[in-house]
Amino acid sequence: MSIDIETARKVAHLARIKVEDDRLPALAENFNAILGFIEQLNEVDVEGVEPMTSVSPQRLFRREDVVTDGNMPEKILSNAPDAREGFFAVPKVVE
Amino acid sequence: MTELNKLTIADARDAMRKGDLTSAELTDACLSEIEGAGALGAFVHNTPDLARQQAAAADVRIKAGDAPDMCGIPLGIKDLFCTKGVPSQAASKILEGFTPEYESTVSQNLLDNGTVMLGKLNMDEFAMGSSNETSCYGNAVNPWRRGNEDTALTPGGSSGGSASAVAADLCLGATGTDTGGSIRQPAAFTGITGIKPTYGRCSRWGVVAFASSLDQAGPMTKSVRDAAIMLEAMCGFDAKDSTSANLAVPNFEAMLTGDIKGKKIGIPKEYHMDGIPAEIEALWTKGTEMLRDAGAEIVDISLPHTKYALPAYYVIAPAEASSNLARYDGVKYGHRAKLEAGDGIDEMYAKTRAEGFGDEVQTRVMVGTYVLSAGFYDAYYNRARRVRALIKKDFDDVFAAGVDAILTPATPSAAFGLGEMADADPVKMYLNDVFTVTVNLAGLPGISIPAGQDANGLPLGLQLIGRPWEEGDLLNIAHEVEARAGFVAKPTKWW
Repeated sequence: MSIDIETARKVAHLARIKVEDDRLPALAENFNAILGFIEQLNEVDVEGVEPMTSVSPQRLFRREDVVTDGNMPEKILSNAPDAREGFFAVPKVVE
Repeated sequence: MTELNKLTIADARDAMRKGDLTSAELTDACLSEIEGAGALGAFVHNTPDLARQQAAAADVRIKAGDAPDMCGIPLGIKDLFCTKGVPSQAASKILEGFTPEYESTVSQNLLDNGTVMLGKLNMDEFAMGSSNETSCYGNAVNPWRRGNEDTALTPGGSSGGSASAVAADLCLGATGTDTGGSIRQPAAFTGITGIKPTYGRCSRWGVVAFASSLDQAGPMTKSVRDAAIMLEAMCGFDAKDSTSANLAVPNFEAMLTGDIKGKKIGIPKEYHMDGIPAEIEALWTKGTEMLRDAGAEIVDISLPHTKYALPAYYVIAPAEASSNLARYDGVKYGHRAKLEAGDGIDEMYAKTRAEGFGDEVQTRVMVGTYVLSAGFYDAYYNRARRVRALIKKDFDDVFAAGVDAILTPATPSAAFGLGEMADADPVKMYLNDVFTVTVNLAGLPGISIPAGQDANGLPLGLQLIGRPWEEGDLLNIAHEVEARAGFVAKPTKWW
């Protein structure tokens, strides 16, 4: 499986990372080196093996579904690049 | 007492309890060392005022009696840990200016034990790297050099700043994190001890996430005893991390009995790899002899899927990273790109992430995106998770057969020069983690102990891998290797 420049462009878009056209060939080459390395996994017989989701067999910790904290909008917004009137501000989304 | 910064945690604790030393003196000694060590690039956000306040509070607590072991101990904290009111940016431009309103559970546990924070430590960006060369702060540098050369060497990565700071005696210990070897490889490159505990021992809450099913925090220290003391203070159940283990934390230091008679130590044949330097093979043999001399039983074992650990890791870790790093979008915190007229929210995301993420992080996020994308999810991601199950089973089988711990080399080489890997393809850098990454995939505890030096005088480490939740037993075996290896060399100060 080889990644061409078009696939590299598509992946960059899916990842929401702007990649200039002149960088796409190098990116595709990098992907190919890594994916070539990953191809080794095809040698392994995985018939009947369940995909692993967690290293420990224990059930994830659960708690009561109740509010445990909140009421701190200033703290939540304190690191925002742009916050106005108690909200995160972003470029206009809806026309 | 001179050069207080060179003390171990255990010795400093004992001296403070006896009243021979105050945390204020110890903290000042470390702060002045840090001031003179800019060339190491280890500390990236210094917090001297906070450190002095914490030291004064610790001295009051020690005087009152009954203070915890770690009380008054000055530490460095990896930049990956969120620390309240102190910049925490995972060595990434995308988190520039981010000052958390909260404290990570691990660093809070340390603060509750009375530790002193000297500042934040350099690392690879988002912990992605094996040489600390992907940091937005610039390289951290290894205090060790090859013979009389002045080539700058890597301290390893991703916890490179932590390793450099502890090896150069800028602090008594440091926190690290380990996703594929990021505590153990830098510990080995700098002649210090580093343990990654069992997955679930240390809470991941407030630690910037890289690959959530693999990430674990752990201590990086000057001795195995110090690792035992500091680990106990870091770990424990945390309701804020759903994968945190609800298990009692033992007194690890009390488990350093010096008796390992009858312990079964496995030597995995698959770790004899092509291209591994003879001196590393020799060190491994020496380590095996040390354990035999200590009364352990040495058995040959097989971990047949070892070869597939790195390829599986380079599917699973980028996949999880692409998902975790989706949160860096220029909205909630950190950097936002300047937008052109007419740019919408998609341009904001894409430009922000292009400007904020370094090359290695971009590559891994995109590889992760690719292996999770429609049509490839089964072929790559699910296959890697199946192989991961087989890797874990290899270990389960060996432990079920009665093996108590596994001895391997920690790294396939000694520290290499900064910039030496610049032209290599990314896979070559990944091979640094060939001996350590299996441990993360299986969620096991692993420790790196300095055990010898190469022909250039650079430190080399051995790795011991333990059964899940048996860090105490693992530390006890490591303590015996440490005692027998007698590694006491220190880097000659050039910084």
